[in-house]
Amino acid sequence: MDKVLSNKKIIALYVLPSLLLILAIVYIPIVLTAYYGLNEWNGIGAMTFVGLDNYLALFKDETFWNSAWHSLLLAVFSGMSLLLYLIVAMVLAARIKGAQLFRKIYLIPMLLSSVAIAQLWLKIYHPTNGVLNSILESLGFANPPAWLAESSLVLFALFIPILWQYAGFYILIYYAALKNIPASLEEAARIDGANALQIAWKIKLPLVMEVIKVTIVLAVVGSLKYFDLIFVMTDGGPNGASEVMASYMYHEAFRAYDFGYGSAIGFFLLVICLAVTWVIRKLTASKDTIQYS
Amino acid sequence: MVTGNIRIRSELSEAKPGIGIRLGYSVLYAVLIVVAALQLFPLVWLLFFSLKNNQEVFNLPPLSLPMNPRWENYEKVWSAGNIDVYFFNSVWITVSATLITVLLGSLVTYAVTRMRWKGSSLVLGLFMVAMMIPVHSTLIPLFSLFNKVGLTDHPLSLILSYVAFNMPITIMILLGFYYALPREVEEAAIIDGCSVNRMFVQIVLPMTSSVLATTAIINMIYNWNEFIFVNTFISSDSYKTLTVGVQNFIGQYTTDWGAIGATLMISILPILITFLFLSNRIVEGIAAGSVKG
Repeated sequence: MDKVLSNKKIIALYVLPSLLLILAIVYIPIVLTAYYGLNEWNGIGAMTFVGLDNYLALFKDETFWNSAWHSLLLAVFSGMSLLLYLIVAMVLAARIKGAQLFRKIYLIPMLLSSVAIAQLWLKIYHPTNGVLNSILESLGFANPPAWLAESSLVLFALFIPILWQYAGFYILIYYAALKNIPASLEEAARIDGANALQIAWKIKLPLVMEVIKVTIVLAVVGSLKYFDLIFVMTDGGPNGASEVMASYMYHEAFRAYDFGYGSAIGFFLLVICLAVTWVIRKLTASKDTIQYS
Repeated sequence: MVTGNIRIRSELSEAKPGIGIRLGYSVLYAVLIVVAALQLFPLVWLLFFSLKNNQEVFNLPPLSLPMNPRWENYEKVWSAGNIDVYFFNSVWITVSATLITVLLGSLVTYAVTRMRWKGSSLVLGLFMVAMMIPVHSTLIPLFSLFNKVGLTDHPLSLILSYVAFNMPITIMILLGFYYALPREVEEAAIIDGCSVNRMFVQIVLPMTSSVLATTAIINMIYNWNEFIFVNTFISSDSYKTLTVGVQNFIGQYTTDWGAIGATLMISILPILITFLFLSNRIVEGIAAGSVKG
């Protein structure tokens, strides 16, 4: 048995194709990103080694810091929206008839492509014919704003479709975790006289903490690298008011043909994402995970 | 039919509620219904304006029913150009990338969970860490790598990227299932002199068919909606997929709302129809793929 299951030829045959692929498509490009970032390169001609120049320029680049700030704002928004999702999931997990159906309805936006969502919301936000301003006008707001054209509003306006897109996803995850809590715990608390809010706060919340940590990482890292929707809806505008790290990288590389500088941004993005993942895990590392069976 | 789905939830026993509890429940239902309405509302509005002409969009209230539905919007869009080509590209690229990912992922998962070899945990770690890596950090080097080997503007560049980036999540979902799978059948087969390859094809793949379907669906949704790789690697119309095609297509119809609506509806319809038939599996897959056990 052991001989059959430690046959090196078979193991190589099963593992190598995938391993080589992931090295070639994921890991080698990461190393190359770090290396390109040390060069001056227009993507076509020869590279010139410039050491840390790109990175030094990056730290003085106001556009970059603005885009990093916008990415951070999105991450904070996303983190806060998790609370909203958790509340809806709590309601959904409270012995609701038709919970299955609600769950499915909530998930629909998550299944659509960011491009379709972006194009749809462009129409929703259309200053004169969009459904949002039509409704606002009929409610008596005389001059509703052109949401995506106002520097002060654009990030907030972009966040709404993101909230809409991911709602079903996070509600689904929380719901699954809440449903895993044994009913007997809730019953016991109720018999001891705890009300629904106390049960939610004192019993359910601690029990789904592990899942909440995972979702915080997902939401924060997801926002830091968020790109598609912003790329289609505003392309970083107006005047860079919605430029985020990933869109700035794309613009520098594929529009300004500054591949070295773009790579430096890409590498910075990678380091930030890995660091944030690590920090969140460290901060939320619990010494004792709650056991229930 | 396949049995042995992952059951994430257990239904709680129903109790007979009193008056106060019933009132509380109506509040809970109100919350859930409002959220459901918000999730569906933009899509209903999209369906309505895809069946109107400009005059109707601009002059009638946004939520008025399309009294004489303009199906010609759909005809116009479908016959206007490349949308059928984009559609076909999306289908075959999505399906082939998905099949390769699920097969390779199964082979790796089998080797990691069933075979005995040094470095198996290291290899697994490589796949899992890849989940944390932002796609955008690899974009510039991938573009230049594909350029060097003549794969830019070639569907293979997409298929390779999709397989590599979806491999980690696929393996993660499969892992849980493989660990829970009883090994007696396989052990008996080895004692009977069955080769590993034959066992994998004739015993393991059929036993895991339900989780294979789940991972396949998740992969299909990701691949179908992928935008940034297509946008970066593919330049000729004959290889573009629906996401990028829709983006370019809508650019031509800047002011024709009905045509834009019809284009978006055509692009999301396959996903909606798939969801209608396979919603349970999709819900399971997303829940299984998001929460690490």
